[in-house]
Amino acid sequence: MNELSLQSTPIAGALPAFHASIGPSELRATCEKARALKARLVALWGSDETARGGAYALHLALALRAGLLWLSVPLAREAPGYPSIADLYPCASRMQRAAYDLLGIHAQDSADQRKWLRHGAWPEGAFPLRKDVSIASRFAQADDGYAFVKVEGVGVHEIPVGPVHAGTIEPGHFRFSIVGEKILRLEERLGYAHKGIEKRFETMTLEEGARLAGRVSGDSTVAYAWAWAMAVEGASGIEPPPRAAALRGVLLELERIANHLGDLGYLGNDVALSFGFFQFWRLKEDLLRLNAALFGHRYLMDRIVPGGVSVDLPREAAARLLEQLEQLEAEVATLKSIYDEHAGAQDRFIMTGQVTPELAERLGLTGFAGRASGMWHDLRVDYALAPYAPARPAIATHTRGDVAARVSVRFDEVAESMRLIRVFLRELPAGEIRVALPASHGGGRGVGWVEGWRGEVLIALETTQANRIHRAHPHDPSWQNWPLLEHAVMGNIVADFPLINKSFNLSYSGQDL
Amino acid sequence: MYRLLRQIAKTGIITEPAPQPDESLRQLEQRMGETILKHFGRSLAIRHVDAGSCNGCELEIHAANSAHYNLERLGIKFVASPRHADMLLVTGPVSRNMEEALRRTYEATPEPKLVVAIGDCGCSGGIFGESYASRGAVSNVIPVDVAVPGCPPDPVAIMRGILTAVAASAKER
Repeated sequence: MNELSLQSTPIAGALPAFHASIGPSELRATCEKARALKARLVALWGSDETARGGAYALHLALALRAGLLWLSVPLAREAPGYPSIADLYPCASRMQRAAYDLLGIHAQDSADQRKWLRHGAWPEGAFPLRKDVSIASRFAQADDGYAFVKVEGVGVHEIPVGPVHAGTIEPGHFRFSIVGEKILRLEERLGYAHKGIEKRFETMTLEEGARLAGRVSGDSTVAYAWAWAMAVEGASGIEPPPRAAALRGVLLELERIANHLGDLGYLGNDVALSFGFFQFWRLKEDLLRLNAALFGHRYLMDRIVPGGVSVDLPREAAARLLEQLEQLEAEVATLKSIYDEHAGAQDRFIMTGQVTPELAERLGLTGFAGRASGMWHDLRVDYALAPYAPARPAIATHTRGDVAARVSVRFDEVAESMRLIRVFLRELPAGEIRVALPASHGGGRGVGWVEGWRGEVLIALETTQANRIHRAHPHDPSWQNWPLLEHAVMGNIVADFPLINKSFNLSYSGQDL
Repeated sequence: MYRLLRQIAKTGIITEPAPQPDESLRQLEQRMGETILKHFGRSLAIRHVDAGSCNGCELEIHAANSAHYNLERLGIKFVASPRHADMLLVTGPVSRNMEEALRRTYEATPEPKLVVAIGDCGCSGGIFGESYASRGAVSNVIPVDVAVPGCPPDPVAIMRGILTAVAASAKER
């Protein structure tokens, strides 16, 4: 990896990806250099290497110009620790805390040493992702005490919300400190949906893992399944057939359209334009039914599998898809003009929940929300793989970073996704849709990195004998974006929180694991 | 405004017929008397609790409120507090981090009350199963009247589950 002057080895697979090992003492200097090069921190996780003759390890994924760098930092068996990088990469803070809760690897000198995923399900000093802890372990519920930051001053009061929310939402806790109607500070506490996904992977084969990967965050099932398949294919030395690659592109863009339509509807609802909810959800429902008719599942779960895809798209079905997309495009255009011209909606959207490009860059905002705040990254463009490279995706961007900008980017992305599906179907290669997964001897390493509708989804995979999993880390872009939501709401009124929250629509399950 | 009204008129009413109850989904003998059911049947308040799902079931619960399914026409609506609810609609394997919150939500719901578990995870723990972090099936934590399998169950299946819970069980009839 020239950019960081590190000794690295390429990681097999479709992606431009490299692996390098460094000592804990080199970690900060490497991260300082990476930060100066504007490399993004994609993920941070830990692993237990005691079963492979080592101790523990810290892992980082960095997005460099040349591709993805997977950096491993071997740690000591006794009191495994490393210097915190949260001052260089603020988004690392929660990931470091989670890595400690699960594996007991400690980020020294980190400003925030509180637990993150642990709550009361297991006690301090127990580390469930260590290999000597059985998945079936049952710990007595421990103390769930958590030191929220207290905001003091004349007229400041707190509103605690959750984990059971007022709407149909995933579980999480929000602690608002407010004065009058204005939000002074929001503190999020997540981890309620932690259900042991990473430990579960370690009981599975690579093929079984595909189903679990597709359920890390249900709304992004296609992105996760593709990332999983990409990682497995790299680690196993196989390539999906060209037809499968094109169909994966179709599936991923259908997922993007469905999610954007749903959220555009809810954004209308949250500004008292329930017309928007009913109209967009009508369109979304039509699309989900088409998904079920053409691919056999409304949300396209388990359609992407290691080696290819599990369902083909015959010619008549492709024609039907194109026909429905054409109708959808016209309908979305009508609704867009209604949203654009609706003074009440625009008044609530514009300058609400703003994240400036400067803040987005400093804290590492990612995905479509990042693109609405001047972060012009999109894996489909930056490291275009099949089928994206020849289709030349256009990146949707904005710089104002408010709800209106995120609405605008979503509309643009819906239109671009429809164009991409047309291109993929027009140039759909003939042939097989799936190749068999060979028996692996273990010790393989693979990465999958996919621009899901919310942002970049990463799967970091290490295999062991008999096609089993040594360690799998799924990373959701919500890790990066949740802390930005705390900033986006500052100075806004409490009543705008649902609107701002929905404009990001972050995953709880994806970050709680 | 003209375009908005035109769009509404053009769309028309697209709501489809509601499904019938399905006794095979029932887990517990109907806990409610006929008289109460008659009242519930016309106006049912639901509190949704995500006890640790992947958010797939949530997508379908949202869809059940959309125009094609239009749950509210049946007198069924979602409320913001368990204290206003007649029924809990619970998704997910119950994470151990949500176990206490789920139990407290159940306790906060006034009697008589019903519980419908949604999805393979709510029924059995699904792919996540039971572990150091998960209690698995909702019925491992609170009593469940009706369980609706599926990954995720579609809106019709969810509606059928809700309607089964408020239908008099076959035995009572």
